[in-house]
Amino acid sequence: MSAEGKGGTISIDGQEIPFEAGQTIMDAALAAGIYIPHLCHRPGLTPHGSCRLCTVEVDGRNAAACTLPAADGQHVDSNTVALNEVRKTITQMLFVEGNHLCPGCEKSGDCTLQAVAYYLGMLDGHFPQFYPRREVDASHPDIVLDRDRCILCELCVRASRQIDGKDVFAISGRGIHASLIVNAPSGRLADTDIAATDVAAHICPVGAILIKGHGFEVPIGRRTFDTHRVSEAGRDARLPLVRPRHADEE
Amino acid sequence: MDSASRVSDMPDPATPRQAGEHLLHVLYEVQQRLRHIPREAVCDVAARLGLPVSQVEAVADFYSFFSRTPRGRYDILFSTCTSCGPAHGETDLLRMLCDRLGVVAGQTRADGIVSIGSTSCIGMCDQGPAALVNGMPLTRLDARRLAAMAERIEAGTPLTDWPEEWFGVADHVLRPGLLLASPWQDGAAIRASLKKGPEAMLAEITRAGLRGRGGAGFGTGMKWSFCRQANGGEHYVVCNADEGEPGTFKDRVLLASHADMVCEGMSVCAHVIGARRGFLYLRGEYRYLLPQLEATLARRRQAGLLGTGILGHAGFDFDIDIIVGAGAYICGEESAVIESMEQKRGIPRIRPPFPVTHGYLGQPTVVNNVETLAAAAAIAVHGADWFTAQGTDQSKGSKLISISGDCAAPGIYEYPFGVSMRKILDDCGAQDVQAVQIGGPSGTLIGPAEFERRLAFEDLATGGSLMVYGRQRDLLAVIRNFAHFFAHESCGFCTPCRVGTSLLKNGLDKIARGHGTHYDVDEMRRLATLIKRRSHCGLGQTAPNPILDVLSRFPEAIDSRLAHSGFEPYFDLDASLEEARLLSHRDDAEAHLR
Repeated sequence: MSAEGKGGTISIDGQEIPFEAGQTIMDAALAAGIYIPHLCHRPGLTPHGSCRLCTVEVDGRNAAACTLPAADGQHVDSNTVALNEVRKTITQMLFVEGNHLCPGCEKSGDCTLQAVAYYLGMLDGHFPQFYPRREVDASHPDIVLDRDRCILCELCVRASRQIDGKDVFAISGRGIHASLIVNAPSGRLADTDIAATDVAAHICPVGAILIKGHGFEVPIGRRTFDTHRVSEAGRDARLPLVRPRHADEE
Repeated sequence: MDSASRVSDMPDPATPRQAGEHLLHVLYEVQQRLRHIPREAVCDVAARLGLPVSQVEAVADFYSFFSRTPRGRYDILFSTCTSCGPAHGETDLLRMLCDRLGVVAGQTRADGIVSIGSTSCIGMCDQGPAALVNGMPLTRLDARRLAAMAERIEAGTPLTDWPEEWFGVADHVLRPGLLLASPWQDGAAIRASLKKGPEAMLAEITRAGLRGRGGAGFGTGMKWSFCRQANGGEHYVVCNADEGEPGTFKDRVLLASHADMVCEGMSVCAHVIGARRGFLYLRGEYRYLLPQLEATLARRRQAGLLGTGILGHAGFDFDIDIIVGAGAYICGEESAVIESMEQKRGIPRIRPPFPVTHGYLGQPTVVNNVETLAAAAAIAVHGADWFTAQGTDQSKGSKLISISGDCAAPGIYEYPFGVSMRKILDDCGAQDVQAVQIGGPSGTLIGPAEFERRLAFEDLATGGSLMVYGRQRDLLAVIRNFAHFFAHESCGFCTPCRVGTSLLKNGLDKIARGHGTHYDVDEMRRLATLIKRRSHCGLGQTAPNPILDVLSRFPEAIDSRLAHSGFEPYFDLDASLEEARLLSHRDDAEAHLR
């Protein structure tokens, strides 16, 4: 990302907001408290641009807000009926390609995919379900990997590398067969150096990576997105992007 | 950005120590030796190359020519291309060979001797039907040839004892033009560049108006100029020989018979941008060309045209390594090819930054098509005026076209830009044409009403593919073929393309089964537009073109196949009972709903 150039202002849906040199449209929007739907983006991690939920129109051209550098004078359309329809369709795609059974999922109510679907007024999957067969990895004593729910956002991949200083996760394969794998000779999570305190173990926006032994501690109805809309500022900051230090660490 | 995403205490995963140690090459060796890449091999390779296990596994799972389960000792892959695919008159050659050898398509026979499957276009479109056997192309297949092959397979005859002519690949240059007919002398372009100097040579290329021959048409002079100006410890030249667009085979001919011209184009580029190292990224389907390409490079080193102090010019050092791909159309995209060179899955990068400033290993890199580099070499020798004497205002020079499909004389034709479709179709003996797919599945499908249109970046652009479909062709079958191709080749990075290409494929399959309705067509039109506009890279942005083109230009190809009800479900109750039938070993009429 080019860090050169100066800051300035852009307008999002008619609202003028400032940006600093090096910021993307998403960075500027989040700083100004403007919500652009997103799943694969987290401040503090390198931008990714894969989920495409943050699709916007910049001076009439399509772009992902999370990867396009802000430039002075840009006119950005984001919260329009047409773009939210596009985002709803993309969200439906994410639902039908995996196996998302919200009523039985521990993450229900805390799941960003579900929250985005609520935000966009999604009432059904619309497309025929793909019903893929994906493997669950319950080998690790503290962490379970349920690939049925993975949306390939790579937040865990990036958090492990960029924050935890490890390299636990990767995406393997191609196309609709792409899948989350772990970096161990056995291919099992138990044989990696992941710890339940890693940011990568907590960053999953859906229920694909869960901490064992903590089921339904907060009743449904009182969870994050039962009480807040995904668009409310600060949702993204609810997890600190620093590795929690172990009590015995210096 | 790159430095942040890399774990600091690991060896740089991008730099292979030498060409033989490149992950793609090492995995190819494993695949050849074990006929698949088992987990133990993944771990061994990771340890040997100092790469994360997950990176090796991810790459092994990404490229089509690597298999995680054992393939047969004879591994046969038929092209799925509408031009070099297995359809041969009324017979499907793939099915015929499967029947003959008792193989289930896509699987390996229980004795491990033979496996038969499909692969995307292998670039033999003018001499199909074609297949790869253990990576070697078999051309001009027919029923008799297959029967003879089956005998040899059952007898265990090694490929080296199969008749040589079965593997023959012809050039079929039927209309040489500016590039192919001009006299060529090895070293002439380098000498011209050394004599002129880099700035003047860059000015010459720019003045020639040469534009990228891969299809996108970006100004070559401008690309070289950006790269030359970009700061970096090293600059690189990449020759993109990942010619994967179905129906394209002109780069194969250039590499087979004009490799010196291509290499020399790389050398001229290197001289202009200040590169010391270049790479030729050869698609895995063209691996059979590797020995002769290596020989060409060796000969050029001997002649002082590659290496240090080229042609005695102190300070001009340049050499070329060949990296062989392993079956991935997406690696034709200029940033995906760089990812692949860096031993990763071929996922297109976020742009900006562009490869000219942040390319291979984060350094300024020019990625040019094979034909672009050949043209650059010719311009270096003959000058910009020679080149601009042909073509149109915005499209200078000539273009190599790979013509295939329903015509009398498929092959390579070189035309000045601006030539009409009608002229091309007349020349190749195409009669009673229903449609022409220009630029491959990602290009444009036109009918006779548009045959006065011209070949040019400003009208009908093409990377080189021109497929002719006669009156008898079922266009729904053609675009279904393309939809399957894109779903198979989508890299899976972004949601619209990953899921959308599968949805489009399923939609066309439904229509072909006779269950499609007008509702489904409207849905596909909406979906196609979304995928086109919201995808991350050119693959997703062009994958819906065939469907949109048929809907706008040949609506009857779909209308005539629709069910006359308002809504038909995707869900097929009888098909969903298949698993129960398998479990109960029943397939009688009573076990079916209809």
